[in-house]
Amino acid sequence: MTEYLILIYERESGYAEGGPAVWEEVGKAHGRFAEQVGEKGGKIVGGNALQPTATATSIRSDVVTDGPFAETKEALGGYYLIEARDLDHALEIAKLCPAPFGGVEVRPIMNMSGT
Amino acid sequence: MTRRPEPDPEVGAAVADAHRREWAFVLAATARVARDIDVAEECVQDAYVAALAAWSRQGIPRNPGAWLTTTARRRALDAQRRDRTLRAKLPLLIEPDSQAGPAGAPAAAGEAADPEEDVIADDRLRLVFTCCHPALAREAQVALTLRLVCGVTTAETAQAFLVTEPTMAARVTRAKKKISAARIPYRVPGPAELPDRLDAVLTVIHLLYTTGHTAPAGSDLVRGDLVERAIGLARMLRELMPDEPEVRGLLALLLLTDARRATRADADGRLLLLEEQDRSRWDRVAIDEGIGLVTGTLRGRYGPAGGAGLGRPGRFVLQAAIAAVHAEAASYGETDWPQLLQLYGELQKAWPTPVVALNRAVVHAMVAGPEAGLADIEGVERDGRLAGYRYLPAAKADLLRRLGRHQDAARAYRTALDLTDNDAERAFLVRRITEVSARPADGE
Repeated sequence: MTEYLILIYERESGYAEGGPAVWEEVGKAHGRFAEQVGEKGGKIVGGNALQPTATATSIRSDVVTDGPFAETKEALGGYYLIEARDLDHALEIAKLCPAPFGGVEVRPIMNMSGT
Repeated sequence: MTRRPEPDPEVGAAVADAHRREWAFVLAATARVARDIDVAEECVQDAYVAALAAWSRQGIPRNPGAWLTTTARRRALDAQRRDRTLRAKLPLLIEPDSQAGPAGAPAAAGEAADPEEDVIADDRLRLVFTCCHPALAREAQVALTLRLVCGVTTAETAQAFLVTEPTMAARVTRAKKKISAARIPYRVPGPAELPDRLDAVLTVIHLLYTTGHTAPAGSDLVRGDLVERAIGLARMLRELMPDEPEVRGLLALLLLTDARRATRADADGRLLLLEEQDRSRWDRVAIDEGIGLVTGTLRGRYGPAGGAGLGRPGRFVLQAAIAAVHAEAASYGETDWPQLLQLYGELQKAWPTPVVALNRAVVHAMVAGPEAGLADIEGVERDGRLAGYRYLPAAKADLLRRLGRHQDAARAYRTALDLTDNDAERAFLVRRITEVSARPADGE
């Protein structure tokens, strides 16, 4: 099994405008996703939702600034660390990951122990 | 340097032939043992070099592909024994055959732990699907397919795509690294993914063909070798997936288009339109084969590839059917335009792109007159997605010319001229501009 990070990038305004109803709906979808990963033969190793980019602080060459590292229309809003057999398996799982206001990026974890 | 016997020209030709015919088979089977694409490539290269000497001594083997595969695999195993770091590298993910294999594909032999077994599993489909994996950028898919499936050198691949050799080498290296690091499996996708994945493979082959057919820049309208490679790949895929209608459709499309190759330009390299081409010089053998393929497909079950539902032909079958209508017409004037219009309508449903809409507009003009076609083209223009596509202003200019709106036509031809780097196409457009500029004022 290989570890992959599923990064969830979404327009934050989707949640700001949608209010609690959207939060609840997407929250339920994430609950279903957690069950589906197991059914697909994968495993969630970890994962979290992040506070919006308004709460972000960046450091570059020791200079501390407010805001995210890179300003983008779709911001990193959460992630899952999963285990999957291969990229096809990871993509099959990632396709189920809720991201109604954007999409997800799948990145293999670099294995430092095997070398 | 080792001393080698004088190379026998017959052996040299046999090795070159085996390179063209067997490269994909040998590399695909070696990758399974080497479990690393770079190592597999090196071992296969070595096997071809070894063949030159061995075949001169022992004669050309009855099955050159099997000889090369056995030799390359032995080298791969030796390399693994010698080099422990290889095992520490991320191995190529070989999935068992039971998980792979689309319906109708010839069943491959079981996991080949023994490289010297008599039946070597045909892994060419795995290789093709790995090279065309959607996690790789299109240009990487194309580069990998040429390099790994066709055995074309990086230098030649770079030349074909008008980039420098280091650029192409970096592209190939990046793609190979991603296969290993992201764990792209070495397998044929299962039935659920097959339509989309197959579509990517067909698109890559078609792109190779069109790149060769209309070189994007420079003086050669056809880059013959790329065209041959693309047709060879389509034939290989047909052999490996004989029941996939879209695979037949692609091969038919390439054959039918290529049948006109000799007549696409005159002796001076001037581009000739379909209407000006000498149909007696079209390649009848290729046309007959193409028509045979597409007829069978339109009669048989329709493939799900290309996004169309079951019972609907896919985009390659429909494009081939369109090419077949042109090929069957004794003259331009005798073209069955109403049938073409219907086929383009189907194509627009299966593959709703502005390029298809543009082509349909041109056919619509033939059926209902230039004004009807022009209205369609203006619709495509408003859509905006074809901004910068040189055939849009060229098609528009042609209809304006036929309507006698010569100044508007000249303007549109100039727009097309600004968008093309191909010398033959530029010469054609300049000729048209001269013609319409010499005509009386608009409305005449």
